[in-house]
Amino acid sequence: MSATPASLSTAHLAPAGSSRAIGAEFQDIGKRYGSLWALRRILLRIAPGEFTLLRGPNGSGKSTLLRIAATLVRPSAGTVSYPGADGAGEQAIKGRIGLVAHGTMLYDDLTAEENLRFFGGLFGLQDLPSRAEAALASVGLAERRDSLVRTFSRGMRQRLSLARAMLHGPGLLLLDEPTTGLDQEAREWLDRTLESLHGAGCTILMSTHAGEDAPAATRTVWLEGGTVVRDSAATRSDEGISR
Amino acid sequence: MSALRAAASVFGKELRTEFRTRELLNTTVVFVLMVLILFSFTMDPTAEESRRFTPGLLWLAILFAGALMLFPSFTREQANDTIDALRMAPAPAFAVLLGKVLANFAFLTVAEWLLLPVFSVLYDVSVLRVLGELLLVFALGTFGLALTGTAFSAVAAHARMREMLLPLMLLPLLTPLLIGSVEATAGLLARAPNLDWTWVKILTGFDIVFLAASYLVADALVEE
Repeated sequence: MSATPASLSTAHLAPAGSSRAIGAEFQDIGKRYGSLWALRRILLRIAPGEFTLLRGPNGSGKSTLLRIAATLVRPSAGTVSYPGADGAGEQAIKGRIGLVAHGTMLYDDLTAEENLRFFGGLFGLQDLPSRAEAALASVGLAERRDSLVRTFSRGMRQRLSLARAMLHGPGLLLLDEPTTGLDQEAREWLDRTLESLHGAGCTILMSTHAGEDAPAATRTVWLEGGTVVRDSAATRSDEGISR
Repeated sequence: MSALRAAASVFGKELRTEFRTRELLNTTVVFVLMVLILFSFTMDPTAEESRRFTPGLLWLAILFAGALMLFPSFTREQANDTIDALRMAPAPAFAVLLGKVLANFAFLTVAEWLLLPVFSVLYDVSVLRVLGELLLVFALGTFGLALTGTAFSAVAAHARMREMLLPLMLLPLLTPLLIGSVEATAGLLARAPNLDWTWVKILTGFDIVFLAASYLVADALVEE
């Protein structure tokens, strides 16, 4: 069992400066599955460098919104743009997004290092061996580099999943309930890691269960029934006006 | 980024995974071997009878085994949502498809090479004198099977009753490929072996048409 490191070293994995950070702007987004609208009229702008929490009950549309931001799902209505991407095409934008989802997005029959090298190859990264080595060291899995992922615990998989998502230095990191199944120590590690990434200029959009928090988050958006019901940024802005 | 590099990455990953698990190769070899052995015991054909009907038997066995082997090509990417990671990569969808097609082609070819000597012994059919031509026909037929099977595996991965759907969609589509492969193989296994190049051209045409079609619809095949 590999020990959880103090936090992820952003020297190797974080985006190369805040200039790579991109945001996400949802313009009147709707998503329909059959007759059910999972999202309705979502108007939301996540600025580059912002750390936003998405909160809401099960079925509120958090995962769907993240999958739309990740270009995995096409919205039924509205458009998504990426502030800071400077009009880059879809392929280039994909190369600047990282996703940690419910599934680990890792191959159980490959080793930790093989997984990272494979995904690095898909992203066209240079100097793969040293990048993968640095990424594994950053998440405290250097000693398990040659172990098959199927032998990893949930916490180790989650750390490797984060290393995979950050391998190409994305400017927008999307996390879908990343603390699910993690013990307290691993959660604290994740908090420190996200704080570190945010400090390095990465935009973070993360969904959480109700009641869970991320200390480094600068904004919280509440979803319910597929619509935004509360936004802490709007609340702060309203309070500012009333003062 | 280079689409070829992405295809090579996927190809390498598929080979590495198969090398560890040997799921696909074992399944295919055992399936075709069982069909060949059972049929040989049941019919006990003479050498002349073998020349007449075994090309069809051999290709049908390869076709069914192929459908069996190709089905998990995309469905197993759903286990840990790795399909999402493939979709999110800034590589063309065709590169992902091509990597898988080439890997499946390699698996099927290895299975065929392992089974050809067994087939030759069981049915008393000499393949050595036409081995070069036979391997050409097998390569063309197998590439077409791997190509269409992998593409339809991507379609079936999104569907309900996907285990049924792949053979139902795939087998009618492969009829021209099956006819071409069987006829070309029958010519080679005849008493006076002869490779009819018309069938080779048909197989080549089939492969080119479906490769072009896969290139055009790859995005739709891989996306959710």
